[in-house]
Amino acid sequence: MFELLGIAPQALFGQLLVGLINGAFYAMLSLGLAVIFGMLNVINFTHGAQYMLGAFAAWLMLTVLNIPFWIGLVLAPLVVGLFGVVLERLLLKRLYHLDHLYGFLMTFGLALVIEGVFQWKWGSSGQPYPNPIPGGTNLGFMFLPTYRAFVVVAALVICLATWFAIERTRLGGYLRAATENPTLVRAFGINVPRLITLTYGLGVGLAALAGVLAAPIYQVSPLMGQNLVLVVFAVVVIGGMGSILGSIVTGFGLGLIEGLTKVFYPQASSTVIFVIMAIVLLIKPAGLFGRTR
Amino acid sequence: MTNNHTLRNILLVAALAVALAAPWVAYPVFLMTALCFALFACAFNLLLGFAGLMSFGHAMFFGMAAYFFGHTVKEWGWRPEFGILASVLGAAALGAVTGALAIRRQGIYFAMITLAFSQMIYFFCVQAPFTHGEDGLQGIPRRAFLGGLIEVKDDRAMYYVVLAIVLFGFAAVYRIIHSPFGQVLKAIRENEQRAISLGYNANLYKLLAFILSAAIAGLAGSTKAMVLQFATLTDVTAAMSGEVVLMALVGGIGTLAGPVVGAFVIITMQNYLAAAGEWVLVIQGAIFVVIVLAFRKGIVGEIGDLVRRRPKPGPAGSSA
Amino acid sequence: MADALLTIAGLQAWYGESHILHGVDFEVGRGELVTLLGRNGAGKTTTLRSIMGIVGRRSGSIRFDGAEIVARTSDAVARAGIAYCPEERGIFSSLSVEENLLLPPVVRPGGMSVGEIFELFPNLKERRRSQGTKLSGGEQQMLAIGRILRTGATLLLLDEPTEGLAPVIVQRIGEAIRALKSRGFTILLVEQNFHFAATVADRHYVVEDGRVVDMVRGSDVQANLGKLQTYLGL
Repeated sequence: MFELLGIAPQALFGQLLVGLINGAFYAMLSLGLAVIFGMLNVINFTHGAQYMLGAFAAWLMLTVLNIPFWIGLVLAPLVVGLFGVVLERLLLKRLYHLDHLYGFLMTFGLALVIEGVFQWKWGSSGQPYPNPIPGGTNLGFMFLPTYRAFVVVAALVICLATWFAIERTRLGGYLRAATENPTLVRAFGINVPRLITLTYGLGVGLAALAGVLAAPIYQVSPLMGQNLVLVVFAVVVIGGMGSILGSIVTGFGLGLIEGLTKVFYPQASSTVIFVIMAIVLLIKPAGLFGRTR
Repeated sequence: MTNNHTLRNILLVAALAVALAAPWVAYPVFLMTALCFALFACAFNLLLGFAGLMSFGHAMFFGMAAYFFGHTVKEWGWRPEFGILASVLGAAALGAVTGALAIRRQGIYFAMITLAFSQMIYFFCVQAPFTHGEDGLQGIPRRAFLGGLIEVKDDRAMYYVVLAIVLFGFAAVYRIIHSPFGQVLKAIRENEQRAISLGYNANLYKLLAFILSAAIAGLAGSTKAMVLQFATLTDVTAAMSGEVVLMALVGGIGTLAGPVVGAFVIITMQNYLAAAGEWVLVIQGAIFVVIVLAFRKGIVGEIGDLVRRRPKPGPAGSSA
Repeated sequence: MADALLTIAGLQAWYGESHILHGVDFEVGRGELVTLLGRNGAGKTTTLRSIMGIVGRRSGSIRFDGAEIVARTSDAVARAGIAYCPEERGIFSSLSVEENLLLPPVVRPGGMSVGEIFELFPNLKERRRSQGTKLSGGEQQMLAIGRILRTGATLLLLDEPTEGLAPVIVQRIGEAIRALKSRGFTILLVEQNFHFAATVADRHYVVEDGRVVDMVRGSDVQANLGKLQTYLGL
């Protein structure tokens, strides 16, 4: 067996896989955050809570209704996305004419409410979600659990599908145009308020989808999204919100860097993304793929 | 105008009288905690209300100052006044570094960046040995002030020391807002480009405001550690950053008295609901939502509007 | 008018606190090409934006094809069959030329096909893969007009399509506008360039201080030249 800088390859590749998985979640969540911000001008602080809702919805479907993982994977994001639609119609749409701060504060408050209610009902400890594809493959240099490989591939597919939907379809064209000039798009006969609602529902659904994928890896707990959303904010600052592909690359890249840090300097693994954010702010304040505005 | 000034002076004297008499009526530790949070909220409001900068990471200054105080006083045996001084300087230094980076972006990004930095400080505190992790720094000794001149073993004696510190902090905020420096800050908040074209170095002003706000938040945090004799991770969490935003928002952003009122309201509410557990967070979240939807000016702002709108006899006043 | 497609009566409009239109009255017949002339700030652009429903607040009456549309949202106005080409052109930079062209949804049958639009503006065909805002000013204007022809709208609102363009391009835009008229489009044109307007329009309305103060037929322009020049401050 070879060694790399005194690190056993199993540990190295194991942490890289963990990093890749974290990166998959960073990418999916920052993507949704960027799309929502583009259309609604709201930084969706509820994103972490909605990720948690996705995991919880799948877990409840499994334990209460006996709905298997694969159906929950489709159903849970739909349910949570619908919940997002209700939030947008009822609350967020009243804030679009105000400063961005108010959307930030309101969604922060909503996150507190949602997480508080779930904590009251289920406590802070995690609920295990059985692995839907147990087993794995020994690659020689490491053991690859099948489900984890599936998550990485699924996240990649979801991210690229989102990119395709926004950059290559008619609806995506409406979305990009409305991000630039909603008044004119509406004057062309497109129901922009409905488009905004739909965008929020899709962004929230994306967060929930990430949550369902996360459920079998991490445990399902009311606070699982709380710290994650803060890291994702840093990811968004690093990547800038200008480019879809940029968000994907930044998300996966930062996950990998975090994994590597865990191998070589574990003490810094929880702070490395924030340090990178500080460096990016020094060198390119608009973010790696961002445009100044 | 004269009427307004007389009214304000009467209110100030009345507030001071209440503050002096309060520890004989209410529980001094509760009052001291509320005062510390009031100062913390004022520091936050100095930044958002008067410089237009929304920091969502102010807990890092509040909480780190508490650790600085605890460490210097407990581990190094410093006198409390020096502990506070060191904490304020430490918070200011942290403010200088994070502020210099955060002001490179504007608006909502500024909020996200400050939040991210405070989360980094939180993770740092979880690991660093001097914070004692989950246990926190417990049993910080209460030493006499000024080399034994002022004894603070008694809670009421402590209260008057804390009141003096907090009033000093309020006075500092007041001075800053009403100084030429404060006027330039307001000009930058209203229209940054114009302020720059008038020759002001907007970034320098913003950074100075950030450092001052961090220092005053540090004063509040170290005083709180002195009162409660501990410093824990709670004070550096994002939830704490959110709490101070809530206090300022409830009281009224951009008003002088608002954050004080807001802090007392929220601390009182937490006190009453202490047994309700998770519901405290739910209620705080709901307050956020309601205030953003319906009462964006906060308690003091809305009352101010009511007073101004009330028709006055005689010639029309200065109401706009 | 026997067959008015658009009839506007007592139209008032506000932006925030400022009152811009103080009772605009005019009408446009089916298949007609009518211009709104007037000095800067007279309220011509605001009139178009009021018809589209993208001003702050408006009152009065806007009848289009027999229906009252003054209370409709702008997307409903567009779906009724009115298309708008704004003064600033509003080309989307994150969309390619082709995407810009295909953006406005078809609201009723009878619009032009993409092929016909490319025939009208051949430049667009060559550059259909470019980013929308990478085009020259003239090409952007062609794109801004071209993209509202597919939708099946019968009334086109064109806001200063010749602004800032070279004389050769102005001539080409003029030809295109005449071609559109002969295809049966009804056109309401806002113009600063009086000489351009005179070459294409059936009738001219003069707007001053948020009101329509005069009307001159295209055939009477020569006879009324002095009066018109006073109105426009030429």
